[in-house]
Amino acid sequence: MTTKSQAVLNWIDERFPLTSSIKGHLTEYYAPKNFNFWYFFGSLALMVLVIQILTGIFLVMHYKPDASLNAAGVPVAFASVEYIMREVPGGWLIRYLHSTGASAFFIVVYLHMFRGLLYGSYRKPRELIWIFGTLIFLVLMAEAFMGYLLPWGQMSFWGAQVIVNLFSAIPVIGPDLSLVIRGDFVVSDATLNRFFSFHVIAVPLVLIGLVAAHIIALHEVGSNNPDGVEIKKKKDANGIPLDGIPFHPYYTVKDIVGVVAFLFFFSAVVFFAPEGGGYFLEFNNFIPADPLKTPPHIAPVWYFTPFYSILRAVTYPLFGLDAKFWGVVAMGASVVIIAFLPWLDRSPVKSIRYKGPIFKIAVAIFVVCFFILGYLGVLPPTPGRTLVSQICSVLYFAFFLLMPWYSKLDKCKAEPERVNFK
Amino acid sequence: MKMRVINLIKRAAAVLLFAPALALAADASVNLDKAPVSTEPAALQHGAKLFVNYCLNCHGASYVRYNQLENIGLSEQMIRDNLLFTGEKVGDLMKIAMQREDGKAWFGAAPPDLSVIARSRASGDGSGADWLYTYLRQFYRDTERPTGWNNVIFENVGMPHVLWELQGEQVAKVTQNANGSKHVELSLAKPGKLSVEEYDKAVADLVSFLVWMGEPVAEKRKAIGTVVLIFLAGFFVLAYALKKNYWKDIH
Repeated sequence: MTTKSQAVLNWIDERFPLTSSIKGHLTEYYAPKNFNFWYFFGSLALMVLVIQILTGIFLVMHYKPDASLNAAGVPVAFASVEYIMREVPGGWLIRYLHSTGASAFFIVVYLHMFRGLLYGSYRKPRELIWIFGTLIFLVLMAEAFMGYLLPWGQMSFWGAQVIVNLFSAIPVIGPDLSLVIRGDFVVSDATLNRFFSFHVIAVPLVLIGLVAAHIIALHEVGSNNPDGVEIKKKKDANGIPLDGIPFHPYYTVKDIVGVVAFLFFFSAVVFFAPEGGGYFLEFNNFIPADPLKTPPHIAPVWYFTPFYSILRAVTYPLFGLDAKFWGVVAMGASVVIIAFLPWLDRSPVKSIRYKGPIFKIAVAIFVVCFFILGYLGVLPPTPGRTLVSQICSVLYFAFFLLMPWYSKLDKCKAEPERVNFK
Repeated sequence: MKMRVINLIKRAAAVLLFAPALALAADASVNLDKAPVSTEPAALQHGAKLFVNYCLNCHGASYVRYNQLENIGLSEQMIRDNLLFTGEKVGDLMKIAMQREDGKAWFGAAPPDLSVIARSRASGDGSGADWLYTYLRQFYRDTERPTGWNNVIFENVGMPHVLWELQGEQVAKVTQNANGSKHVELSLAKPGKLSVEEYDKAVADLVSFLVWMGEPVAEKRKAIGTVVLIFLAGFFVLAYALKKNYWKDIH
């Protein structure tokens, strides 16, 4: 480095922790060297967040949150999306990146969460990282739900109607609460405008704050790894973990590989199947919202369906409160319970590599249930399907609630002293 | 105790295995004919002509401008000469003069805008094109309907058979299936200007145009996508080589 640029750097460092931040978070942040495939999804989630924010900024330039009908009898909001698709240069690409990005975000985040589950990344001392992560997931669901109203198609409208109505099932405050959320007695222009406000500014601000907290907490305690052993326990003479390597350049160059591979599949969808078979962009959502015409079957977008199934699985009233309320409670609990994993898992080891058969079978059942619930959430209910979703919901909760016992019972292998790296 | 837990888990796994069978009770669906969708300019132009002549009186296509039809090979002059009838400008949106309230009074429901109809009609039964192709070929005479027409896949539809002079008049023979579902068999009672094959081809062209109109950028999108994927595949090789090189000292 020349003396002149060194002088500039010194000038900055005396006023702002630039060099120390770069060292602390990149060049001297030591990550375990044995990260595998599952460890790509954290950086990918961050990249998808950036994609969503950048494309979102450009969409807002042309999108109009207005439910009134234009001269041709089409809601202005719906028409403005088609205007972006047809008349804004490159608008179709920006829009498809954003709509595909929403689904990609959930795919990446689900895989990222599953990684945590496999390798016990939620265990001490990473409980706060996990809690921040659960909050990110919760906020992401709110963000996606509100964003889905904006195209103002039939599924936007009726999906929002169904979900907002759920809040009215809460005793005492329910009806007023749903009124506050909608800003009206039905989903209307007022709802569209407040969801727009939340979707483009309020919720993203919270999301970015939580993501920052998630990463700061991670860099404080250091990353877990597929073996679940703490690399900080074995350090060399300089205090550097023996199994750690600097995040930059090793994981920056590795994550670039992951990013390119991800972008390949992402682009394949964006350019060749932007509707995602009717799951990323639902066919019914190409019909403008019509408050007088209820679609025969209202399905939420795929990433909500496992939780939606749990909601529908509750069909019994209890304590004088109707089934809908308990469905809402079950759905809320199914997300919130994830945050308690650090205290539910009593296994002596972190990683599934050293856990016993009970935990492995439990995870397998959990995953199968999650997929079945997701699949059933897309379909209209029948008595048979409701029964299956009830069984799966019970197993979903059993996975968490019984974990303190079965994780303790399990016959685990001994963790190695050092990480495995071939 | 541990064996009991494992057995319980095994039993739960067995329940899960037959769960999908319980869940997969069939939904009611309609049989759609596969639409021979074309992206050939000649077919799209023929479809555009049919669209402007037969559809664009009650249905608008209010997201589409006339001069966007230059993308299917028409010149501005051809659009002016063949597609503009009532003093529209070539840069105008394809709107209609009919008021929505009138449409509602006359047909029972205001005729929908057709700009994205091909995308919205897709379902588990088939693509939006398949639905439209089937729908436009399955109108039949029904004296009980106010318009005198009914449709096999859209029962009691408000729309009359606007293409009747091309197709002719079909009549339906309705039979009850053993399971109680209705089966409708159509036959041509009065031939129209076109033979059956010619009519199918005309509808195919019209549907192709509706598909094009649903997403005019579709062909360009795929062309760009091919370049993007080739670029990313090449980039992947370089990125992987870079990673390998950096990591060669890590043991």
